Amino acid sequence: MGHTGKQTIVFKNPPVITCAYSSAGPKESAGPLGDYFDNQLQDELLGQETWEKAESILIKQTVQGLLNKADKRPEDIQYLFAGDLQNQVIASTFGLKDFNIPFFGLYGACSTMGESMCLASIMVAGGMADLVMAGTSSHNCAAEKQFRFPLEYAGQRTLTQQWTATASGFVLISRCGKGPKIEAVTPGKIVDLGIKDSFNMGAAMAPAAVDTILAHLEDTNQKPSDFDAIITGDLGNCGSDIAVDIANKLGVDLSKVMNDCGKLIYDDESQDTHCGGSGCGCSGSVFAGYLYKQLLKRNLKKILLIPTGALMSPGSTQQGNTIPGVAHAVSIVMD
Amino acid sequence: MANIKQLKNEYPQIVKEHSPKNKVMINSAKAFLVGGAICTIGQGFTEIYKYYGMAKDDAQMVSTVTLILLSAIFTGFNIYDNIGKFGGAGAAIPITGFANAMVSSAMEFKKEGYVYGMGAKLFTIAGPVIVFGAIASVVAGIIFYFV
Amino acid sequence: MDLFMELLKTFVVGGIICSIGQILLDRTKLTGGRIMVLFLLAGAVLTALGLYEPLVNFAGAGATVPISGFGYALVKGAIEEVGKEGFMGAFSGGIKATSAGITAAIVFGYMAALLSNPKSKS
Repeated sequence: MGHTGKQTIVFKNPPVITCAYSSAGPKESAGPLGDYFDNQLQDELLGQETWEKAESILIKQTVQGLLNKADKRPEDIQYLFAGDLQNQVIASTFGLKDFNIPFFGLYGACSTMGESMCLASIMVAGGMADLVMAGTSSHNCAAEKQFRFPLEYAGQRTLTQQWTATASGFVLISRCGKGPKIEAVTPGKIVDLGIKDSFNMGAAMAPAAVDTILAHLEDTNQKPSDFDAIITGDLGNCGSDIAVDIANKLGVDLSKVMNDCGKLIYDDESQDTHCGGSGCGCSGSVFAGYLYKQLLKRNLKKILLIPTGALMSPGSTQQGNTIPGVAHAVSIVMD
Repeated sequence: MANIKQLKNEYPQIVKEHSPKNKVMINSAKAFLVGGAICTIGQGFTEIYKYYGMAKDDAQMVSTVTLILLSAIFTGFNIYDNIGKFGGAGAAIPITGFANAMVSSAMEFKKEGYVYGMGAKLFTIAGPVIVFGAIASVVAGIIFYFV
Repeated sequence: MDLFMELLKTFVVGGIICSIGQILLDRTKLTGGRIMVLFLLAGAVLTALGLYEPLVNFAGAGATVPISGFGYALVKGAIEEVGKEGFMGAFSGGIKATSAGITAAIVFGYMAALLSNPKSKS
């Protein structure tokens, strides 16, 4: 079928997610989804000297874990789409360089899992490749250092703040094979409703998530109830509420099917994360660890995954810019 | 299709409705306790130094230096950030918070080297205090010279 | 008993100054760094107007330990030095009066950072 409606691609030969692998840091492993993560880390530094290097090792372990689980060698993977939150996606560079897989480095902030899955599935469905890898990562301490305050700084986190997950998720997208299929993708637009508060990322991203969900539903002529779950990336508690509210104002009721990876990954009360989780690795690991397994067990048969990203840099917010959001939808079915 | 941009004007209000509010009363009470305690410790040191024969001004200065030293030690042992998490401005506004801002920034960028890492980053958060302090003192001095 | 009253005054005044800071943190978009600068400048201006000195006399460390006390020391130093040395005193007085604190923060800060590492929060 190909390009459908305004911004959706529906696949005639839906690519298959044949394997998925997730890694999660100590805090994430102690959370409600802890047991679902394939690789549960004890040490947030992963034996490295710096947080940045730790994130690269996190990526390396996740990709190696995925290869082992799928019984593949790096040579079998034709292309690799990945990205992270560090400047110039440098964590991916150092984590992936030894695999010698042709590499597309992506920056979509926390929407990277959606962006990489969209591009990888388009490449496979378009007949350009048979086996492509997609994934992402984030590291709490590396992100704090780059975007916020030093770890030992005596500041208070606001109640709307979310916790950047130390986690990574990678998937294998194949032309054929067994597993959940990617039926359609809807790449999102950059949506900006003027939010400037970098401590309320959920509010910055919620409009982008709703925009992409509505575009996907309209382009594919579906209703929210056609899905078992519509799962956003990392809007967190506050952002999810806002998303349901504004979708409602636009005439679409998402309240019955909507959930959010950032809401699922932590127990906010006992883990003191405030407004849920965030970071590329949040949606990456929750999909590759939890949702993928639910699809395999057929507890979920059709989901819309919408990783959400807040597009900002420390400089852009200091200069008083708004924080636009972006969100990419991936429609996944299990026969 | 409904356009999300039509919500732009009411969006700040929607966000406000769904965002959890800071508990100002409780936070201020904690800030009062922690800030008051740090100041009292400072006064305690001053009294001790005076007891051992220091002049009042000297005792005050040495007391300030003592607080800065303690803050550096507590930050280095990964404790002061927890005091800040509890006490908020009560830990940030005393001179110990100023020292913590310097130490924590330097610690964070230790791996970037002794010069461009620690040496430079020591001032990322606390530097403006010295800058504006110097400017304020010069302005005040000049005004008093002419008045 | 006198000492107890002294310490109580210190505690209350220091506590009030910090809780004003907390209200600003919670009620406005100001972050820690900006609040430090704001209090410093507030201390400096109040000192220049002759309003901070009485507070220091009343509460001691309750007024000098908060960062507004740093502004107080800077401005007081500059004004006193102008009285002694003339015009150039405006340039030397402030930092001179606070040099011990600034130097301590730099030296102890660098040493502490040299000897320790940040720890993850989880």
